Amino acid sequence: MYLSAEDFQAISLTLQLASVTTVLLLLLATPVAWWLAHTRSVWRAPVASLVALPLVLPPTVLGFYLLVALGPNGPIGQLTQWAGWGTLAFSFWGLVLGSVVYSLPFAVQPLVNAFEAMGPRPMEVAATLRASQWDAFFTVAVPLAKPGFVMAAMLSFAHTVGEFGVVLMIGGNIPDTTRVVSTQIYGHVEAMEYSQAHGLAGVMLVFSFVVLLGLSWFNHRSDQHKKVGA
Amino acid sequence: MTLRLLLALAVSLSGALAQAGEVTVAVAANFTAPMQKIAQAFEQDTGHKAQLAFGATGKFYAQIKNGAPFAVLLAADDETPARLEKEDLAVAGTRFTYATGRLALWSKSLNLVDDKGEVLRSNSFYKIAIADPKLAPYGAAAMEVIHKLGVQANVIPKLVQGESIGQTFQFVNTENAQLGFVALSQISIDGRITQGSAWVVPQSMHTPLKQDALLLNAGKGNAAATALLTYLQGERARAIMRAYGYL
Repeated sequence: MYLSAEDFQAISLTLQLASVTTVLLLLLATPVAWWLAHTRSVWRAPVASLVALPLVLPPTVLGFYLLVALGPNGPIGQLTQWAGWGTLAFSFWGLVLGSVVYSLPFAVQPLVNAFEAMGPRPMEVAATLRASQWDAFFTVAVPLAKPGFVMAAMLSFAHTVGEFGVVLMIGGNIPDTTRVVSTQIYGHVEAMEYSQAHGLAGVMLVFSFVVLLGLSWFNHRSDQHKKVGA
Repeated sequence: MTLRLLLALAVSLSGALAQAGEVTVAVAANFTAPMQKIAQAFEQDTGHKAQLAFGATGKFYAQIKNGAPFAVLLAADDETPARLEKEDLAVAGTRFTYATGRLALWSKSLNLVDDKGEVLRSNSFYKIAIADPKLAPYGAAAMEVIHKLGVQANVIPKLVQGESIGQTFQFVNTENAQLGFVALSQISIDGRITQGSAWVVPQSMHTPLKQDALLLNAGKGNAAATALLTYLQGERARAIMRAYGYL
């Protein structure tokens, strides 16, 4: 298997993008998931649907809206220009923004499940022991929801690595800035460099399989754990 | 009486159907607008229907190689059709240049692009879009122009690449890139630039953008396919191409 320097550059950029995206997603998804798991507001269903939209929408739709929104006349573009950052299309942070939107449901859903599975009891007990809300959240809820966090992190990371359509639409294929593994493979295929495409595609295949295998093992183990604990 | 009439109608209809064929055509993205008009005229004039699929020539190549049922390819270059012919995926001797494309440097801003491309030496832009030179002939031609003008140092750090000329147009059209090299056919109609400012790059500055057509194996014996290839060389089709800036 032959990988060029450019292929390695794309791999390293992809890992950076997925790492940054995963960290940001966990920060953003935790309060959203907590709210979704506990609220009785009429806004619950609309917000849950909004968060799940990227699961259903084709990446071309997301990418197209993002491209228009990031442009100098779009709402995000106006905001970033006002903040003095210029426009975000064709930049690393533009891809981060796109990836956060694109992978949001993969971070939120496992967390909602974990928080719901926990039930209200642990937090109530913590409250009777005079733990503050924040204290209880970090010392009781987070450890109990750990499998949810692990799953959210792994899925967000893997899904961002596998992102293609959005990157293609807002990336501009700049080496070391926006040329990730999936777009690099696409370029190889389009340019009829099939042997190079095979190399990188094989890496992606193995990576995706290992992540899913890891998730499967982890789920199995934490299920066993629960049974033993019960 | 009515029955006989119906019967006669059915017979005449089936006769017409037998003559009016259908042809599935893979069309290079840059040729989208003119081809839609040509397909309409083709149907009016011959009764044959052309089903059009638009996309990148490289992608069509991979699809054709893997058995895609296209009867005719209108490529964005002359290399891909030659390659298909050599690999026995097309009918030998049917290849010809149906159009020669023109390259234009274009911006949505009214006064950004001058008529000599001097803007490429300036600092009045942050991002300039071209089609990926590895994938699209219009991108390769754009790189030739950049080198010919000797503006690499100023331009290359600001380059963003579209995977096709269609996406390149989108980057400039949404103003995420202030300017870009696009196909003249995308921004002009009847010899006029529809919006913004543009420099129609002289042909002498790059390898001619020869776009070749050919009959693929799936189209062998398809009367509509042969008719379309002939029609593309006729006056009505040529006039439509000229209106979009093809030579």
